[in-house]
Amino acid sequence: MSASKAARSDLLNDGRIWKGRVDKVNAELVVLTYGTIVAQLCKDFDSDYLQVNKQLDKMGYNIGLRLIEDYLAKSNTMRRCSNFRETADMLAKVGFKIFLNITPMVTNWTSDNKQFSLVFEENPLADFVELPDDGRAQDELWYSNIFCGVLRGALEMVQMQVEAHFISDVLRGNDTTEMRVSLIRYIDDELPPEDD
Amino acid sequence: MSNLQAPRGGGKEESGLRYPTNGKTIYHRPLNRAKAAELSGASFAYLFSEMVSYASKKIESIQDLEKRSMDPSFTHKTPYLTRFIASARLNVQGHPIGLKLLDLLLYREPARTQTRPLTIITLLHFIKINVWQHLFGQVADGLEKSSDPSKPDEYMIIDNEPLVNRYISVPRDMSQLNCAAYVAGIIEGVCDGSAFPARVTAHSVGKQEEGEMWPGRTVFLVKFAPEVMERESFLGKG
Repeated sequence: MSASKAARSDLLNDGRIWKGRVDKVNAELVVLTYGTIVAQLCKDFDSDYLQVNKQLDKMGYNIGLRLIEDYLAKSNTMRRCSNFRETADMLAKVGFKIFLNITPMVTNWTSDNKQFSLVFEENPLADFVELPDDGRAQDELWYSNIFCGVLRGALEMVQMQVEAHFISDVLRGNDTTEMRVSLIRYIDDELPPEDD
Repeated sequence: MSNLQAPRGGGKEESGLRYPTNGKTIYHRPLNRAKAAELSGASFAYLFSEMVSYASKKIESIQDLEKRSMDPSFTHKTPYLTRFIASARLNVQGHPIGLKLLDLLLYREPARTQTRPLTIITLLHFIKINVWQHLFGQVADGLEKSSDPSKPDEYMIIDNEPLVNRYISVPRDMSQLNCAAYVAGIIEGVCDGSAFPARVTAHSVGKQEEGEMWPGRTVFLVKFAPEVMERESFLGKG
């Protein structure tokens, strides 16, 4: 009895309890739902893929604005990142892990530490996906563009204005899926200046 | 013999698509890879909420709804057409998923049960058990035949607490909208794909009183096309 009590408080302390409680759904439900959203957009915009990219980014932005709160609650970090490099790490190792159960690689930093790439080994959204064979989709559509919006929205809520876009995607026939993220500015002056 | 090499030029027409050189194409991934994989429920909720708000914002005309009712596979009129276009749009988005899910789930069945459902009852059981279990991690709460003798073509699949509605509260003035229309679309896709054309609609039946056990209780009303009923009656005799 007391043993189980002790075990329970351990669970509470190291945060395992929320991990057990975190609600999970079948991955394919998410994948298929995202797929049908993109397909619907392609239909609605008459295969104007640039518009589709834009709309996906917008949807992502809306998600990001709200997702950040969930991230803060679930990640248990309780403090601000001290610089953009740390932000990038948290984003990849905690954010993507919580919401998509993947950890993209953070790489290709510019020397001013304001731009980096996220390289996706795995992309759960792109399971079962092949772009339309119409000679344009592979050149114009960024299938996972919703990610860019999510990052932009979420980071804006913690006072970082960023710009994000994909530069390659295995769905387009590239060997990797890579997103470029650049810090434009910190929105609030009160934040500690970047130090490295 | 059965090894699937790169799909390039492997068959009818040359594909115009480019593929990564490291072979990361859908053709190289086992179809069962993500079978039991899980993702955060929050991710789904976010996506779904964007989908719903997009569906309700994007309503410009009643056109796409009408297009659907002209569908030759569906000639009988239904009274539900006048309902919310948003639910129709959600339904439309679920439909292709149902079509594909049918194949995927049958493929994953053990070889001896891989046959497609051949009667209404086996089809509905397949939906209640396999489809539900796969998508929502549990079987549906109920399956009933309409008790109204004038409507032998209507069946009901009941979910006490649809997963898709978990974080959704519908504004009072849109109380007819049930976002599980998306799931209704999936069911409809499964039915259509197995050659049991049907129209499926989602209805909220939970009472909004305090202490109500299942306020979100949803009935998926499956109404089969007349030719299905006709065929079924022949099969019953034979």
